Parts: sequence; structure tokens; C-alpha cells
Amino acid sequence: MSAVLRVCDVSKRYGQLQALRDISFETGAEELVAIVGPNGAGKTTLLSIIAGAQEPSAGEVITMAPVPGARSRVGWAPQQPALYSKLSVAENLSLFAHLEKVADPGRAVERMLEQTGLSGRADERLDRLSGGNRQRVNLAIGLIADPPVLALDEPSASLDPGQRGRLWEFIGGLAKAGTSVVFSTHNVVEAQRYAERVIVLDEGDLVFNDTPGALMRAVGEDEAGDFERALVAFLAKRARG
Amino acid sequence: MRWLLQKDVLILRRSRLLVALLILYPVAIALLIGFAISRSPSHPKVAIVDQTPAGETVRVGSERVPVSQYVDKLLSQVEPVHVATRAQAVEKVKAGEALAALVIPPNVAARLSSGTTQAAVEVLYNGDALQQSLVQSTLNSAIAQANIRFSEGIQQAAAKAINLLLEGGNLGVLGAPENLMGLSEIPPTLQRVVNRQPPGADRRALERVSSFANFAAQNLSASKDVLSTVGQPIQVKSALLHGRRTPLSTFAVVVAVSVSLMFVCVLLAAGGVALEREERSLARLLRGLVSREALLVEKGSLAAVCAFVVALAMLAGVGAFVALDWSRAGLWLLALAFGSVAFGSLGVAIGAIAREVRAASLLAFLLSLPLAFLALVPSGSVTGGLYGAIGAISFVFPFKASLQALDAAVNGATPSIGLSLVHLAVLTVLFGALARFGLRHAE
Repeated sequence: MSAVLRVCDVSKRYGQLQALRDISFETGAEELVAIVGPNGAGKTTLLSIIAGAQEPSAGEVITMAPVPGARSRVGWAPQQPALYSKLSVAENLSLFAHLEKVADPGRAVERMLEQTGLSGRADERLDRLSGGNRQRVNLAIGLIADPPVLALDEPSASLDPGQRGRLWEFIGGLAKAGTSVVFSTHNVVEAQRYAERVIVLDEGDLVFNDTPGALMRAVGEDEAGDFERALVAFLAKRARG
Repeated sequence: MRWLLQKDVLILRRSRLLVALLILYPVAIALLIGFAISRSPSHPKVAIVDQTPAGETVRVGSERVPVSQYVDKLLSQVEPVHVATRAQAVEKVKAGEALAALVIPPNVAARLSSGTTQAAVEVLYNGDALQQSLVQSTLNSAIAQANIRFSEGIQQAAAKAINLLLEGGNLGVLGAPENLMGLSEIPPTLQRVVNRQPPGADRRALERVSSFANFAAQNLSASKDVLSTVGQPIQVKSALLHGRRTPLSTFAVVVAVSVSLMFVCVLLAAGGVALEREERSLARLLRGLVSREALLVEKGSLAAVCAFVVALAMLAGVGAFVALDWSRAGLWLLALAFGSVAFGSLGVAIGAIAREVRAASLLAFLLSLPLAFLALVPSGSVTGGLYGAIGAISFVFPFKASLQALDAAVNGATPSIGLSLVHLAVLTVLFGALARFGLRHAE
């Protein structure tokens, strides 16, 4: 598998706080990678650095597959929808399509409306949409430039079970179509179910980078066992040294 | 930047309350200022107790000056509410039916005629500090004007009496001898008599009387001039050392337009930048889609254009009431353009520092209001040190420079418009740099 995204020795410091320490990993095309870890582990910081929303204090993020004409190589859907509430769904998408310098913004907007199932609500203002639909628009904006890498921060956080199912189906389809998807989640069952690889962060350190099955085995759990229990056991074992 | 600008215009159009305010605000302010300036001030309601007997006069020699002359002048400055007694006047003031009471005692004429005691009127006030100040200053001015008018009347009567003494004639007083000799005729008449007298004691005595009469006539003549000097000892002749005299009405217009320019521009620019943070879209934009500089320029420019249009509409609206020199309109545009850009720069700096729209609006308002107030503090009204501090604060914010630029553009006041424009340009760059620093972190 050839790498599409390469994170090389990335560190981030906020004053005295070391948020990330020498993080390195790669992701390939068609790969779904989950970033998990306790609160404050550095998941959001790592994703925003991958997305280019923050500069690392050290290290670099390299994306291998440039998109012709488009500005962003990494699509980004932050945890809290970053949208203009006084604009309609289509207007939000159109704005970012133009800012991303997409070759055919009109066609890109139509494609995203179709893909996210929001065609019927294209003219509705964002402040009149449900949380789930706002998250879909948030995701659609991340995808508008058809990026080779997609960074999703807690994408299913505000969704009900039905919406979550449809979201993962959609993300799975993107991965199958060649997009490399990196997502963070607190819902470790989602990580086990949908991710091909799990990256575990703890206090800014990358402490695990392998398949969910490998993490289960590392703590002596059966692969069909409880992934959440296995993760807790893994972190506890690490804490004990 | 074009798409960002288009988006912001769309959001602005959908904020109906804000758009309505942007349109109605300049219209309302222009009308208010226009009416306030073009209408003469209303007279305060004052209860008047005129206890002087009807037809009372002050006697000066053979001349009589009616006391009504004094009372009429006083009444022309206020809206009089005539009452019969002091107690009724006090009641009127206490009930709020009059802001003050003025009691003119019956002995005004007698005291003035005595030539030894001053006449006095009594003034009673009520109301809050502002009303008291307004009524007090109006009444003080009215009393001063009436005093001057009355003293002029007395002066003229006294001058007439002195003239009669000097020139002679009929006094017009019952029982007085007709065709009296004037004091000025006595010295030459006496001199002729003296010349006919042989030397001796009688001639010397007559010579002494003649020289006294001569001295008295000369000095009595001079006393007419002295009277006018005593009546108004000092005349004021004012001269402006630099610049040109700015009418208060057009300066008030300049202040009102500058304040509106500042509020509209600073609030819009600060709100525009803070809104990007509040919508959490700032991080999304700044990850390569828009540069920080372009974002700040776009927000500042949009606010500046809106404020420029609002201020120009205000200026044109007020121009319907106040005589403005339209041939200087090019300079107005220049002053408004530089002022709005400087305020836009200040606004984006506030927006970049504040984390949310409400905080940005509050900060913009809290900063703008005292700035306008401080810039209008005249020198000499506070201690030198404090005025220096006020001057320094006003210097580092764009309000005073903008006010001076617009005053120079509209009224041709000093300092020159060029100096103020350079000042505004420097402040634009400084606040732009501060805004860029405030925006160094997207989140």
C-alpha cells in the first residue's frame, strides 16, 4: 500500500503544555484509520494539524496525492460544525467550493448535495437544520474539493443511531472510492467496527498503531471480545509502566 | 476575497434588523441634528412676580426711565408665567409648572433713583442639575442683558441732563426758570466781566470763580464719556489666531457624523471578524483558503464602505438644514474615506482580540464611547497633566484625527486635512498590525 498521508515527528506545544510528542504514522488510499484515546490525549490537535488548521511546533505533514487546481489536499470536518448559519446549505457548499478553487463549483455542490442526501434541503438555512443535518453539511464541505485525505473529528458525535449508520456507510463508500480517511472518536466500538487501523494517543504520545485485533491481542483479549475493555486495559497497563 | 465579501454581504442583507438600523440610524440622527440646529432654542418657563407699580420710573435728573423697559427685556428671554405673589411663584416652581421664579420687588425704582443703593431681584430654582444649569445660565444672561439695556437708558438720561447743564436751556421741570444759562457759557461771560474790573481784590476773586467755572465745564463734558465707560467698562473684541471660525452648528454636524462613522464602522468590523470565530469557520478559512491579511482587509473594507455610505448620507441629510459648503464635497469624501478605513482597522483589531460577537460589540462600544467623549474635552477645562493624558489617548485612536480631518474638510478648520489624513493612515497600519497579531491563532 502506498502512503497518501505521511505524519513525520509531529509535536505541538502550547506554552508549558506538550500536547503532542513526536507523532509519526502513514495512511494509505482506501484506508480508514481511527484515532482514539482518553480526553486530552491530543486527538483534535493532531487532526487539526493534519488538516492544516494548526501549525505543528515541530515535524511535518506530507500529503502525497495533490488535487489538480484545488487548494486543500486534506478535507476537514471539525468536531463542531464550522458553517455559516445565515446561509443555506447550497450557499455554504458553494462558498467553500469557490474558496477551494474547485474546477466546477456548481457541479461540486450538486454532487455533495446528492452524496449527503441533502438535495431536498439545499435552500434551507443552516440555523433551521437539525444537528445531524448540520453535521452532514459539515462533512460535505470537507469533501467538496474531492480530497485524497479526509480528517474527521468526532464525526458521529451529535448523531442518532440511524444517522450514525448512514454516516459510516457514506464514509465507507468514500474509502472504497480511494479516499484515505482519518477520524477521531470516543466511541471505540465504532473504531473497532469501521477502522482498519487504530492509532492510540495517550498524553500526547502515540502508544499504539495497528489493527483493532492486534490491540485486543496485546492485552490478552479475544478478538471477538470487548474492544472498549481492551483499550482501557491497554492504557492501564501502559500507565503501570 | 471576492467570495468571502459576497458571503458577508449576503449575511448582512439577511440581518434585517442590522440593515434597518444602518438605514434608519443616519436618517434619524440627521433629522434630529438638523431640527435641533435649525430651530432656535426654547425659552425656559419662569414664574414672574412683578411687584413694581404700573408706570414706575427711575428719575435721573430731569429724565425718567420706565422700569417696564427692564422687565420687558427680561421677559423676552423666558416664557413668563405671571403670578401675583412670591408664594404663588414658589408653588409654581415646586409643582414643576415653572423651572424658576423671578421676583421683581416694588422698590426697584426707588433704590435706583436713590443713587446710593443697588436694586435687587430674587431668583428661585428647582429641577435637576442639568435643568438648573440651563435655567440659571438663561436667566443670568437675560438679567445681564436687561441690566445693560437699563443702564444704557439711565446713561442716556444722565448724559441728557449733563448736556442741559453744560449747554443751558429749559429744564422742563415745573417751576424751574426758563432759558437757563449753560455751564459752558459761564467762563467766557465771566472773563468779559473780569476784563472790565480794575485790578484789586474783587477782580482776583472773580478770576478764581472764572477758572473754577472753566474747569467744571471741561470736566462735566468729559463725564459723559466716563458714564459710557462705567456703563460697559470693557468691550470684547475677539480675534482667531489661526484657522477659520467654525460655526457651532457645522461643528456639531461634524461631531455627529464622526461619532456615527466610528460606531457603525467599528461595530461592523469587530462583529464581522468575531462572527467567523463564533461560527467556528475561522480555522476552516485560515487553513489555506484565505490569508489572515486578506480576511482582515475584507472585513475592514466592508465595514468601512458601509460606514462611509451611512456617514455621507448623514452629512448630506444634515446639509438640508445647515448651510454646508458643497464646493468642499471632494474633501469630505477624502476625510470620510480615511476615517472609515482607520475605524475599520480598529474594528478588526477588536474583533480579532475578542472571541465572540457579543464580547466584540461590547468592547467596541466601551472603547468608542469614551474616545468620543475624551476627544471633545476642550483644553483648559481640565488640569494640564490630565489634558496631556487625554491628548495622548486621543492621539493613538482614530476618533480625534477623523474628527479633525472632517472638521478641516467641512469647515476649513485647523490642523490641515493633510496632517490628519497622514495620522489616520498611520493608525490604520498600526491597528491592522494589531489585528494580524490578534488573529495569529485561528482557535
